[in-house]
This record gives sequence, structure tokens and C-alpha cells, in this order.
Amino acid sequence: MGEQIQNLLLIAVGSAFVNNVVLSQFLGICPFLGVSKNVKTAAGMGSAVVFVITIASFVTGLIYKFILGNPNIMGGELEYLNTIVFILVIAALVQFVEMVLKKSMPSLYNALGVYLPLITTNCAVLGVALTNVQEGYDILTGVVNGFATAAGFLVSIVLMAGIREKIEHNDITESFQGTPIVLVTAGLMAIAFFGFSGLI
Amino acid sequence: MNKCTERIFNGLVKENPTFVLMLGMCPTLAVTTSATNGIGMGLSTTAVLVMSNMLISMLRKIIPDSVRMPAFIVVVASFVTIVDFLLEGFVPGLYDSLGLYIPLIVVNCIILGRAESYASKNPVLPSVFDGLGMGLGFTVGLTCIGIVRELIGSGMIFGHQVLPDSYVPVTIFILAPGAFFVLACLVALQNKIKNNLARKGKKVPEAAGCGAGCAACGNRAACGGHMLTSETDKKDKE
Repeated sequence: MGEQIQNLLLIAVGSAFVNNVVLSQFLGICPFLGVSKNVKTAAGMGSAVVFVITIASFVTGLIYKFILGNPNIMGGELEYLNTIVFILVIAALVQFVEMVLKKSMPSLYNALGVYLPLITTNCAVLGVALTNVQEGYDILTGVVNGFATAAGFLVSIVLMAGIREKIEHNDITESFQGTPIVLVTAGLMAIAFFGFSGLI
Repeated sequence: MNKCTERIFNGLVKENPTFVLMLGMCPTLAVTTSATNGIGMGLSTTAVLVMSNMLISMLRKIIPDSVRMPAFIVVVASFVTIVDFLLEGFVPGLYDSLGLYIPLIVVNCIILGRAESYASKNPVLPSVFDGLGMGLGFTVGLTCIGIVRELIGSGMIFGHQVLPDSYVPVTIFILAPGAFFVLACLVALQNKIKNNLARKGKKVPEAAGCGAGCAACGNRAACGGHMLTSETDKKDKE
């Protein structure tokens, strides 16, 4: 039991900081650059991603365990359908989560609602689902991995938004205004995150 | 110029997905550690793009408008799976170095964007050439970035040593931060050209990609990005 918890912790730290989803794997660059203009929206986007990725890794984990990777169905040879099934499940799941939130938790919906539809095409969600399968994680490990990856996304997008709010008032060469300076900042953050690589 | 060559020219130069539209930034940053990886990723995407454009264009009168996005995604995902297996079978080395990014071609903005904005409205032949042009434009973009990063990061091009042995490689360029720095310089260059054009009063091509936020992403129809911008703008004003 203790060993398992230690293992989960290692995976969590690994995917949140060492292999940060944005800064070292480049998944979810679009929202990272597009929705990081101020801390509040960045935090909203980040929390929506945490929410969706955690649920998505649970659901895709279930589907893989009981249908696609199940040796009793078609001799367990349905794995080639992973990509197709996962992307459709994620798209449907996001719509479903949106409807449930709207109906039963209006306050949470008001906070996260606008970001939910955007997440369907966020490659981080599909990336996490596929990584879980490739690494052979069981459902619990998969959910922990998903949550940690998304937490890594939340941390980096909020940090980036904080830095961008300060950059606004700086005097930047004309050509570097806008996206280029954000990319340079992201590069420096990526170097900083290299510091975590000694952790595990 | 006839329609087919016009589509190829459009994809390669006028609306180059990497240098002009800035689409598909995730693979652009992730796989360009070497020129070989760049060209491999570019060609895989081209194959998927050509096939999916062809099939979607054939089915454009059959697919009902309200479910077109899921239908497109299924078509694209099927071709990505085929490409995934072909690469695993015939070029295992490339397959290993591209890894997770091959299945992730499914969520590449360029493919769904072309399906939505071109293939679903045009006949088969122009759609195929549109896919070919866009795909080759993407391949050229990835290969150029790959060459720059590989040359500075390891002194090699396509795995061959070109710089003298006395050159000390700047390893950071083939690591994650280097990708951001190279792309930053590229976008800055693009901005400079645009500003010059604007000063001379010429027409400026619009970037459609991540730089302009998700609202401009090719698959905003799938994700409702327009809604996000309008609502966050409202929130910002409050």
C-alpha cells in the first residue's frame, strides 16, 4: 500500500513538473498563448482543463479496460480504435459535462462554462488519454496522472498570465510585441522548469 | 494559372500554414528537434490531409450539416490510425521519435480547418490539391525550423555533420526551450515583414493561428471559440 502511494506520488510530480505538459511536451499551446492575457481568465481556463482531463482520463480508462483492451471482446484486438474512440468520447464528454454543470451547478458553470467547449480540441486531453494507455496505467494511476498533468497546465498558464500582466507595461521592440515576447517568456519558463528534472 | 496548381501555390506560399497562418503549433514546436523528424511529421500530416480532404469532399453532399464536425473527426481519426500503423511497420525509427505526436495529428488545427473551410464546399480534385498544397507548405515549414534547430543545436543537418568540429553545439536549441526561442524569432520576423508592408500601404495577410488566440483557430466551429472571445471580452470590460 505504502509503495503504491509512493509510486502514484512519483507519477504525479513527474507529470506536473518534470514533464510539464505545456513547457516540455508542447500540448495545449493554443490556449496557453491565447487565454493567458490576465490571471483570472487563465485560472478559469486552467481549472476547466483540470476538471475535464480528470474526468476524461477516468472515462477513457474505463472504456479501455472494459471494451477496447478487454481480451474477451474480439480477443483484445480492438486497440487500434483507441484514437478514434477517445477523441469522440472526449468530444461527447465535454458537451455532457457542460450540460450537467449548467443544470445542476450553475455557479461552477458560470466560472468554467465559457472555457468548456474550447477544451474538446485541446490536444492535452487526448494526449493524456493516449499516454495512460501507452504506459499501461490502471484506472487509478491514469486519473492521478491526468489530474497532475492538468495541474501542471494550470500552474504554467497562471504563471504565464501573471508575467504577461507585468510585460504589458514594458517597452518592447516593435517586432517582438505580442506573441513573440510571450514565446520568449515561455522559453525562459521552460528553462526554469528544467530545474525540476532532478526531483525524480 | 489553373485551379490545381493555384491551390498548391496557395498552400506553399500565400497561405503557408506555418509561416503565414501559424496553424498547428503543437507539432511544430514538439517534433522539430531535427530536420528528419520535421520532414517525417510533415509528410505524415500531408498524407492524412490529402486523404481526408478527398473523402470529405466526396461525402460533402451526404453529411448533414448539423453533425459535420463529428463526421469530419471520424474521417480524420481513421486516416491517422492508418498512417500510424504504416509508420510503425515501415519506418520504426521515425515512429519512435515522433511517438505520441502521430495520433495527435487528429487534433491538428490545419486538418479540421481545411475540411471545414475548403473540402466541405468544393469538388474532389481541387480539394485533393488543396490538401497537397497545405500539407507540403506545412512540411516545408517544419523542415526549415528543424534544419535551423538541428544546425545550431548539434551542428548537423539530416544527421550529417556540416559545421567544423571546433563548433560547440548550443544544446538548448534541440531541447524544449529552444523550440520557443526559434518560434519567437520566426513570429517576430513575420511581424516585421507585416509592419513594413503596412507602412507601404500594401495588403497585409492575416494570421489565423494561435497568435490571434483560439478565436481564430481553424476548428473554432468545433469548439465555439468565437463565443469565448466575445464573452471574455465582456468580462474584461466589467
